[in-house]
Amino acid sequence: MTSPPPALLEAQHITRRLPEGVTLVADASLKVERGEFIAITGPSGSGKSSLLYLLGLLDRPTEGRVLLEGRDTASLSAAELANLRLKRLGFVFQFHFLLPEFSTLDNVLIPMRRLGRLKDAAARAQAMKLLEALGMAEAAAKLPEQLSGGMRQRAAIARALANDPAIILADEPTGNLDTRNAAAVFDIFARLASEEGRAILVVTHDAELAKRANRRIHLVDGWIVSDTRAG
Amino acid sequence: MNLIFDLARGMLSRRRRQTLVSVMGVALGVAFFIAIASLMRGFQTYFIEQVIDVQPHIIVKDETRRPLPQAVEIAHPDGAVALSGVKPTERVRGIRASSEKMAILEAIPGVFSSPILTGQALLRYGSRDVSVSITGIEPARYRRVSNLEKDLIQGRMEDLRSTANGLIIGIGLAQKLGVVLGDSIIAVSPRGVSLQMKIVGIFRTGITTLDNQAGYTLLKVNQILQDRPNVVNQILLKLNDVTGAEALARQIEERFGDRSESWEEQNRNILTVFVIQNAIMYSVTGAILLVAAFGIYNIISTVVFEKTRDIAILKSLGFTEGDIQWLFLLQGMIAGLLGAVLGCVLGQLMIEGLAQIRFNTETPAGNDRFLLVHDWRIFAIASFFALLSASIAAVVPARRAARLDPVQTIRGAA
Ligand SMILES: Nc1ncnc2c1ncn2[C@@H]1O[C@H](COP(=O)(O)OP(=O)(O)OP(=O)(O)O)[C@@H](O)[C@H]1O
Ligand SMILES: [Mg+2]
Repeated sequence: MTSPPPALLEAQHITRRLPEGVTLVADASLKVERGEFIAITGPSGSGKSSLLYLLGLLDRPTEGRVLLEGRDTASLSAAELANLRLKRLGFVFQFHFLLPEFSTLDNVLIPMRRLGRLKDAAARAQAMKLLEALGMAEAAAKLPEQLSGGMRQRAAIARALANDPAIILADEPTGNLDTRNAAAVFDIFARLASEEGRAILVVTHDAELAKRANRRIHLVDGWIVSDTRAG
Repeated sequence: MNLIFDLARGMLSRRRRQTLVSVMGVALGVAFFIAIASLMRGFQTYFIEQVIDVQPHIIVKDETRRPLPQAVEIAHPDGAVALSGVKPTERVRGIRASSEKMAILEAIPGVFSSPILTGQALLRYGSRDVSVSITGIEPARYRRVSNLEKDLIQGRMEDLRSTANGLIIGIGLAQKLGVVLGDSIIAVSPRGVSLQMKIVGIFRTGITTLDNQAGYTLLKVNQILQDRPNVVNQILLKLNDVTGAEALARQIEERFGDRSESWEEQNRNILTVFVIQNAIMYSVTGAILLVAAFGIYNIISTVVFEKTRDIAILKSLGFTEGDIQWLFLLQGMIAGLLGAVLGCVLGQLMIEGLAQIRFNTETPAGNDRFLLVHDWRIFAIASFFALLSASIAAVVPARRAARLDPVQTIRGAA
């Protein structure tokens, strides 16, 4: 009997409780497979961000466990978790968090240089390719402050993709964008999932945008109340 | 890592003016240290060189540090008998078997020795009496351990040999007595021996006590004058390597039993003053560097505070706590290094400035300017301590940065 291959990312009954007793996430279980584009929705304060931090190994659950590619992460050290984030995960937040002293290209290069998998020239070529794919070739040499909001967010996506991660976690990435730019970002996510087989988890308030995902998880008061797959 | 260095530089570049202020703090500390250390070391080195030049490096004396073991003590070595009140000098004064000891000392490479006999005498010229200290020397040996020959302003050392009862005296003494080269005078020793002597040389050392109270004659002549035939009461040594003096003195004393004093022991009081002087210097610069360290602490703390978002994103991207700590520690070290480099340049300028100063009066060293040493080690020490204090100052904020929770920052940034 052969066991099925492990899920890309799996949460088993994870709960995150603050020391004061507030519960941010309650007994959440889910499996994420390659190529899935998942929208996480829910009212403000329902624990969407908290769940994303747990799945992204930025925070540890007080109960339950998170498995990345079948590997239990509970016993890993902070440095080992950092290494997993570096290699397998990419984050995009509502705020772009680009380093203001560095050009767009250099920002994208930061995770690559930290990992050191590619030589300098190869890394630059790869970073340029990422920026081009996002329509950002002209902005490569510019500082973040010289970019528009939509461009900054695309630069942040390019940085999240720098080390070819299996999973992208985005927390309201379109929260500061107008409708057109927001739609463009979702187009990018859809393509990353369908064409490149990455798993995408996006927290969003926007019900229209959420419809473009092929799976929707709805949270209320820290509980997963629905988990539905489209068509 | 190259990346961390680039990040550190980028973060500091945003705070140029504040960085410059803390760099200047370090630079001033370094520069003052260099200038003060050059001055002090210059003076001390000059002084020690003078001492080494003028004095014998080791004096072997006809004394013992401890009383010789008494017969009863030798008979009962485990202390059944204790003697008190034994005086250290209860023997005929003079170094025993001095010629054998001289032979042993001369056999050591780089060591030159000269036996002398010192004693008091009264010089009488006409109606004037002056009490002096007479040193009996062997000119051929003595010239190797002393500067007397260099200090002679009239006459020659060889004249001691060629003239019966020749005497060399200091210029001050000659003036007090009213004698000139070639005059004959009477010398009377405490033992009552009286000799007619002839002035064959006059010296000037610049050291008043010597110039006013010292006289030199042949060893043999002084042995007659002091009524101590064949006695030598000191052996003076000069070494090629002065740093070995203390160790050699201990060896000699161990072997011969005669008290042997190195130049360091003879000048211990002054060398102690130097130690205190250096301690003051180090504490003053330490205080300056402490202030500079606060400047570094301040700038790094500010950067950490301003860069919480960057720290959060770097952590979420996969940077470890160690990376973040190193990132800010490196910024402190960059500021420290810039301060050290700038301080070295500034210190060099200060030294050159000090070297230009001229005094109307003579300094104790007999000079009209500062004595400065130019030693790269002073620069190295100053730079090392600047870097060290900058690093220590940066450690605290760097650790704080490393422990920041990225989740808190990212939540707050929306
Ligand atoms: N450190 C904390 N201390 C106290 N309460 C907290 C803390 N962190 C989160 N919370 C609360 O926990 C709840 C869940 O927060 P979370 O940010 O996960 O919700 P969210 O669904 O992302 O909300 P939003 O849509 O507003 O971003 C909120 O009520 C929040 O105020
Ligand atoms: Mg949120």
